[in-house]
Amino acid sequence: MNTNVMTETAGDIVAENKPVTADTIAEQNADAYETVGNAFCDQAKMSMRNVNVFYDEKQAIYDVNLDIGTNEVVAMIGPSGCGKSTFLRCLNRMNDTIDICRVEGQFYLEDQDINDKKMDVVPLRARVGMVFQKPNPFPKSIYDNVAYGPRIHGLADRRSDLDEIVENSLQKAGLWAEVKDRLHQPGTGLSGGQQQRLCIARTIAVSPEVILMDEPCSALDPIATAKIEELIDELSQNYTIAIVTHSMQQAARVSHRTAYFHLGKLIEVNETEKVFTNPDHELTEAYITGRFG
Amino acid sequence: MSVSSLFVLIILGVVAAFYFSRTRSLNLARGLGGIKNLHSLPVYYGIQAALWCALPCILLLCVWTIFDDAIIRSMVVQYLPAEQQNLPKAEQALLLSSIENLANGVNLSNAGQFQDIADRINSLRSISNMALTVLLFCAIIATGAWGWFKVKPQYRARNGVERVFMLSLLGCSTLAIFTTVGIVFSVLFESIRFFNIVPVHEFVLGTQWSPQLSIREDQVGSSGAFGAVPLFTGTLLISTIAMIVAVPTGLMTAIYLSEYASSRVRLVVKPLLEILAGIPTVVYGFFAALTIAPMIKSGLHGLGFDLAFLGVSFGPLEVSGESALAAGLVMGVMIIPFVSSLSDDVINAVPQSLRDGAYGLGSTQSETMKNVIFPAALPGIVGAILLAVSRAIGETMIVVMAVGTAARLTFNPLESVTTVTVQMTTLLIGDHEFDSAKTLAAFALGLVLFIITLGLNFFALRIVKKYREQYD
Ligand SMILES: Nc1ncnc2c1ncn2[C@@H]1O[C@H](COP(=O)(O)OP(=O)(O)OP(=O)(O)O)[C@@H](O)[C@H]1O
Ligand SMILES: [Mg+2]
Repeated sequence: MNTNVMTETAGDIVAENKPVTADTIAEQNADAYETVGNAFCDQAKMSMRNVNVFYDEKQAIYDVNLDIGTNEVVAMIGPSGCGKSTFLRCLNRMNDTIDICRVEGQFYLEDQDINDKKMDVVPLRARVGMVFQKPNPFPKSIYDNVAYGPRIHGLADRRSDLDEIVENSLQKAGLWAEVKDRLHQPGTGLSGGQQQRLCIARTIAVSPEVILMDEPCSALDPIATAKIEELIDELSQNYTIAIVTHSMQQAARVSHRTAYFHLGKLIEVNETEKVFTNPDHELTEAYITGRFG
Repeated sequence: MSVSSLFVLIILGVVAAFYFSRTRSLNLARGLGGIKNLHSLPVYYGIQAALWCALPCILLLCVWTIFDDAIIRSMVVQYLPAEQQNLPKAEQALLLSSIENLANGVNLSNAGQFQDIADRINSLRSISNMALTVLLFCAIIATGAWGWFKVKPQYRARNGVERVFMLSLLGCSTLAIFTTVGIVFSVLFESIRFFNIVPVHEFVLGTQWSPQLSIREDQVGSSGAFGAVPLFTGTLLISTIAMIVAVPTGLMTAIYLSEYASSRVRLVVKPLLEILAGIPTVVYGFFAALTIAPMIKSGLHGLGFDLAFLGVSFGPLEVSGESALAAGLVMGVMIIPFVSSLSDDVINAVPQSLRDGAYGLGSTQSETMKNVIFPAALPGIVGAILLAVSRAIGETMIVVMAVGTAARLTFNPLESVTTVTVQMTTLLIGDHEFDSAKTLAAFALGLVLFIITLGLNFFALRIVKKYREQYD
């Protein structure tokens, strides 16, 4: 037992040592820093300008500028606690549910400023859907889970329309074949991977334009992960996707562009291939070669 | 020595045993090259020795002090004069205790002629005390030394200590169970005696409740009537009114607090609600009797409906000064914090991820509540409500004070009714022999009440449990 404690402390020290060097690099370009690479694009679906996010007094995001192109998959990577989730949650105003969170900056979904306090979040969240880290099906039947969004947004006038939406969404999520005979059984009875695909189907059912995914595969095994990645690939033909991931292989496989966050700053944005083969910034390189994080 | 100084002696011995055993184990460890070579940490050796010393000695002290009076008394009986020895048991006990009082130096009941016996008691007592002191002293030293000798590197002190703690925990938990079983059996046996006098069907189905037994044989209604139906309907009526008040209010409160209120509001409102839960029921009782009941009486009395075009007309209303409505309302208020805090817990236990999921799809706050959180929390809420119902059924004080004891078979909330618990208290208050049908009826009522609340609790807890499993 004693020895155990010893190694843990030793581990902590080692783990702390590495970011200290990284911090010093980051501090060199502390206040006014430039995101290197290519943060903007011509056909932007969403564009974010001068984003600063605070939890109470603590700043979690520093002056981030980023575009997400139409039908593009943007991966966000970075060490734990660097603000990826915080940034992602700004994109459909999910941070409104956290009392102490304050978001500054301009967010445009096409031409609409979505960070306007007068903006109604209900239609916004129907246009910008979200899939969470842990599968979170409602304690309802599979059918009702998928039908939930269309019902609250009044997307289907007749039962047959609703049936069609449910079937389509499940099909797009690659789950239809597995569940078509048990649509009225509880969604919580599915396996983890199936639940996550159910959640994706639930999000697709309201036909969003943008899908935000926060580590959608972190609770899944490799086979289920492969299925979801395949799915993201297919979805990218019709949807714009922003995905947060801790797996660099996943980012490399599914995304077109990759954004690297570090301590609340957006360090580098580039074509995925470039980021993983020849990054512009030394911090990005340090992260993807596994020197810290 | 007095019992308290003996107790101090034991504590000293225990502390010494702890200290010396721990030191010994530390010394042993030093010889072996470190504490890691001992089976257990030194503190366990200390506790082990302390327990070995404390438990037998305390047991000895307890047993001795409990039994020594009885033994001395049985030894003294033989010194009584022959005529007193042949007295009936009860009178003999009375005499003996007056002699004991004399021995304590209090001569209350002219037992002066037994002074010699009192002296004898005193000398026996001092012998007993001496013996106890010596014995205890030896026991402390013996057990302490034994514990000290047992300290060896391989000795599994930790396991021993853990087992003693486990057993003491077990003891505490079974205490509650045994008490429950004891209560059930005593109620059960008394009820059986009651049902020997009054048949079960008369009790359960009878509609006439007047338990007053006559003092003289020839008095009117001498047999009493034990039909409990009016009591059940009264209980049902008042509990229903209480739940009509408490369930919606409590539930809304819980929803507001857990989903809508800012953390500052929560910080203020929750403790306030808990104060409401902490008010003694007697206080609610006179609030009901002195404030609410007169308000209802003056507010509703004489109101009449005259729907002439329908050919219907109601009364001027007759409102009793002790209405079921007043008691029910106040009881409802009393139960609000019960419902709200239980439901609040249940609603908070619904994982945040479900809320996020619903908000992420564009639900409004009320849609999220209605469609996702409430269904998820429903089993737990039902459990909370059932627990509250059993609370309402068991409540006595408010009803005693606000409604009274008239057993009337009615569902009119403006009339005075009575409940099972109220009747139980009135049946047992005062001097009655303990085997009349009147007092035994209280046990039968208790049994029924017990069965009902037990059933409700059982049901409620099962629902709550089922709900917990859903998210584990
Ligand atoms: N609800 C909150 N209240 C206060 N601080 C928060 C809250 N959520 C996040 N933070 C802080 O904001 C910073 C960024 O957190 P965020 O969750 O965005 O990190 P992340 O990049 O998603 O990390 P991970 O990869 O571990 O999910 C962290 O320092 C965190 O402590
Ligand atoms: Mg995160």
